[in-house]
Amino acid sequence: MSRQQSNRLAKAIITIVSAMVIIPIVFVILFVVYNGIGALSWEFLTAPPTNGMREGGIGPALLGTVILTFVVAIVAMPFGIAAAIYLAEYAKDNRLTRWVRLAIVNLAGIPSVVYGLFGLGVFVLFLGFGTSIIAGGLTLGLMTLPVVISTSEEAILAVPQHFRTVSLSLGATKWQTIRHQVLPHALPGILTGVILGLGRAAGETAPILFTVAAFYLPELPKSIFDQTMALPYHLYVISTQVPGMPLTIQYGTALVLLLIVLSFTLIATLVRTNMRRRREW
Amino acid sequence: MESIISIENVFFTYTDGTEALSDITLEIQPNEVFVLFGPARGGKSTLLRLLNRLSDLNEGAQHQGSILFNGTDVFDRRVDVTNLRRQISMVFAIPTTLPGSIRDNLTYGLKMAGMRDSNILEERVERSLQQAALWDEVKDRLDASAFALSGGQKQRLCIARSLALEPDIVVLDNPTSGLDPLSTATVEESLFELKKQYTIIMVPHSVQQGARVADRAAFLLDGELVEKGDTQQIFLYPQDQRTEDYVTGRFG
Repeated sequence: MSRQQSNRLAKAIITIVSAMVIIPIVFVILFVVYNGIGALSWEFLTAPPTNGMREGGIGPALLGTVILTFVVAIVAMPFGIAAAIYLAEYAKDNRLTRWVRLAIVNLAGIPSVVYGLFGLGVFVLFLGFGTSIIAGGLTLGLMTLPVVISTSEEAILAVPQHFRTVSLSLGATKWQTIRHQVLPHALPGILTGVILGLGRAAGETAPILFTVAAFYLPELPKSIFDQTMALPYHLYVISTQVPGMPLTIQYGTALVLLLIVLSFTLIATLVRTNMRRRREW
Repeated sequence: MESIISIENVFFTYTDGTEALSDITLEIQPNEVFVLFGPARGGKSTLLRLLNRLSDLNEGAQHQGSILFNGTDVFDRRVDVTNLRRQISMVFAIPTTLPGSIRDNLTYGLKMAGMRDSNILEERVERSLQQAALWDEVKDRLDASAFALSGGQKQRLCIARSLALEPDIVVLDNPTSGLDPLSTATVEESLFELKKQYTIIMVPHSVQQGARVADRAAFLLDGELVEKGDTQQIFLYPQDQRTEDYVTGRFG
């Protein structure tokens, strides 16, 4: 086979494989949009479900997911970014640090149901939070942490060493250097990681299953120690647990969940490109 | 004359075991241009970075000996490193402007030191730019991004940025490496003005440049100080065969 032939063959194979990945994804999205778009309305988004969830909307579940995502942001962002700064800037390169890094990478790969059980054991039972927003938010936050740490650390390490050296040589302290040179530079990457992590947290079912999610709770939560409905679990319930469930409501719910997760990805992309453009070289 | 810097029996070894400096002893006088020259990997930059302890960034590296700056060892526990780096200010071979405007670059060090008085900041911006022979070119666009400057302008901005701190010593590590001959000449000329006010320690781009700007010079080879002396002596009548071979271009 000539060089030109192998070149063309490689391109063909890569194109086909890419299409095999992309086409099903597009198909899934279009399928959900097609079947669910009819259900969408202001009423659907705000009203509680009625008649054994066979009618009405998804208001409490949507609100619950928004609140949970908010709690996750409060938990995962400061701790994740602080840990990333420590690992990238302060930690010495020794055996302990390497073990910590390895642990973080592995934590990111643990199935989410394990986090759910851990949350049940620690937050719900041991710390006595009960099934509550705080227990669920902490569980989801814990699950999101490794992602936030890894992406933030990468973003920090990608800041050119020159900026640190110059800043230090001008008499800045280490923290001033991090605060004024490293973090502003790494911010787009850090935010991308955080937002993608939040998007994942918003869509997860297993971690909230035992820690916060209510099967059916039309009232809105009054404090972070209350239970709440949440969109992913609600979708699971109406898809499997309720006989005679109208399809449009199922697909409508799926569509809203999909839109939430996709909008997180979209925001991440916008944030990154926008900040890159403002930080010209 | 009292030396401003006195380097005594300094050894430096990097983490990987490379001995970069071996038994260096050197005196630097106030208001002179002192040139450190020699082939690559001879230890010039390593020595410069020891002066203001940027060498601290090399984790696990070992040093011995002492470097007295105005009589105090820079390695003394009580020395405030950030202060030291403002007094012995460094300009690097690759001109690295920080993100932000020209003004931001010039005031960065002062602001990090806690200077808030905008009158003083403004005054330092203008004076340092004039000293670095950049004022006329940028005075109308101090708030423009520093990244838009040309290579030569960036390097002079970096020099001005160091001068804005009003240091005692300006350390220049090959400041004209990326510059065209014209910009190089501008930078070299500004050195003659600067030494009235500052002590200058410099690694030159070439032997010729070293001979042009130096009051005194030292030849470093493989981490060893081969020879030091006045410009005349070291570039025209070197005592050591290795120095002679290098300045006459037989190797290097």
